[in-house]
Amino acid sequence: MLIALAAVPVLIAVAVKLSSRPAAPGRGPLFLDRITQNGLFVAVTALVVCVPLFLPLTVGVVAGDTIAGEANLGTLRYLLLAPAGRIRLLLVKYAGAVAFCFAATATVAASGALAGVVLFPVGPVTLLSGDTVSVGESALRSLLIAAYITVSLLGLSAIGLLISTFTDVPVGAMAATIVLSVVSQVLDNLPQLEWLHPWLFSHYWLGFADLLRQPISWTSFGENALLQAGYIAVCGALAYAKFSNKDVLS
Amino acid sequence: MNKPPTAASVSAPERATPVGSPGLAIETRGLVKRFGHRSAVDGIDLEVPCGSVFGFLGPNGSGKTTTIRVLLGLASASSGDIRVLGKEMPQALASVLPDVGALVEGPGFYPFLSGTGNLMRLDAADRHGSSSTRRQRVSDALERVGLGHAAGKKVRAYSLGMKQRLGLANAMLRPRELLVLDEPTNGLDPQGTREVRNLVRSLAAGGTTVLVSSHLLAEVEQMCTHVGVMSAGRLVAQGPLEELGAAGQAHVVVQTPDVELASRVLRRLGLVPGEAPGTGSPWGTTAVLGTGINGREPEAIVAALVADGVRVRGFTVENASLEERFVSLTGEGFDVVG
Repeated sequence: MLIALAAVPVLIAVAVKLSSRPAAPGRGPLFLDRITQNGLFVAVTALVVCVPLFLPLTVGVVAGDTIAGEANLGTLRYLLLAPAGRIRLLLVKYAGAVAFCFAATATVAASGALAGVVLFPVGPVTLLSGDTVSVGESALRSLLIAAYITVSLLGLSAIGLLISTFTDVPVGAMAATIVLSVVSQVLDNLPQLEWLHPWLFSHYWLGFADLLRQPISWTSFGENALLQAGYIAVCGALAYAKFSNKDVLS
Repeated sequence: MNKPPTAASVSAPERATPVGSPGLAIETRGLVKRFGHRSAVDGIDLEVPCGSVFGFLGPNGSGKTTTIRVLLGLASASSGDIRVLGKEMPQALASVLPDVGALVEGPGFYPFLSGTGNLMRLDAADRHGSSSTRRQRVSDALERVGLGHAAGKKVRAYSLGMKQRLGLANAMLRPRELLVLDEPTNGLDPQGTREVRNLVRSLAAGGTTVLVSSHLLAEVEQMCTHVGVMSAGRLVAQGPLEELGAAGQAHVVVQTPDVELASRVLRRLGLVPGEAPGTGSPWGTTAVLGTGINGREPEAIVAALVADGVRVRGFTVENASLEERFVSLTGEGFDVVG
């Protein structure tokens, strides 16, 4: 899955490289075309492209597999008999999912940066606020965005873990997690449900633009972290309540 | 703590022995496990003595595996008390499980890891397993079940019997006080079955208590010292193997050419003659089976037969086999009790 994730920025970079032509008169350069001017944009562009579907997809697969996958293989009972301890097993499984969130995001960012450096010229980056920062600073900003997206995916991971404790069929838990991430984003786009938006775990997913301003605005980072922490607390508590009393019959 | 030791039996006179009696590795009182309205385990009082090899018998679906799951804390009991190795379960689960090796309902392993890799991972899941001796213990356990040569192979490539052996190796990763083996010889070849039997005997000789669930009666007869029989969620009999066998009715088998006459004599003695298995014996005689010797001396039966002029060519007293006892306890029907 990490390889597939790494392929996304490379595909974007190659496609843009092959198809880019001067912007038509009267129209600004397309968003994607901006990376032809500076390869460092490839990483950010790839992350933007991956956030709505591709990253939640892989995270859903990993988080949904945590408990249900072990139950499906029949290894869950032997882990519990070892004894691993139910709380400990849950914590370790969640830690594994968190590590994957980080690895997935870092993979997209790193592969994007690499593809950009190879295929396009690299230079100082113009931020959304109009300021220009050095290559080193922009790499740091890319890392910050990767951290932001990692944090964004923690709530979804907790939801996946919770669903995973309810079933012995890993595919079911994966699908349910992924569907929830899509549903949450669709609801987030319905203006009629505006009261609900701040509570959706995907609400701040694309809010990392604030990290591309000078000075950095940390508001959305903080709000996002708080929201994700809430999801972790609620889903974690529910998963613990479910799993600690569950009859392991698989 | 300053309660007199008899307090428990005084306050609960209906109990034959108070919970926590010494010398029992596993003890349950009124253990019930319900799934919805159906009771999979319906009030059983299991007593597995320390150091015994306890054969846990029962037809398919009689609640053996469910009982084992509840004993090991994988499932919670609906009601009843459980003690394993003298400690209250499931409260003492974390301190009891390291001393218990288990094979529950077939092996479960990661197909993409090798045999060694699987055992290393499972051992690492146990906080009590020291990591410095891990490699050695894993290879010892694999050697012990005859998987030394296949240790590096992916479990995906293992046969059912090899997976079963790997499951046994997992149960023996550390010295255990209690082994719970659910259908340990499932899928094993005759050599493997023999090895498991020897393994169980040698473990028992070393002081380990072994609970073996099985429906292979011949096997249980060969390796167990104690037996418990489950039927439709109830424990219908338990005790030392000889006692359980003796409780069944013994048969007499008479080999004689005078079948009619012998039958009449046996009927007069209060026995029920019937067709014997193995008619057409080497001497061309027919055997008559009397069901039950009804407390009569076998020699008295022979004397009565001879006095009436029956040519007795052979006379044997056969104790009820475990299989007959098993069928008499659990019923003849082939249908799974649901």
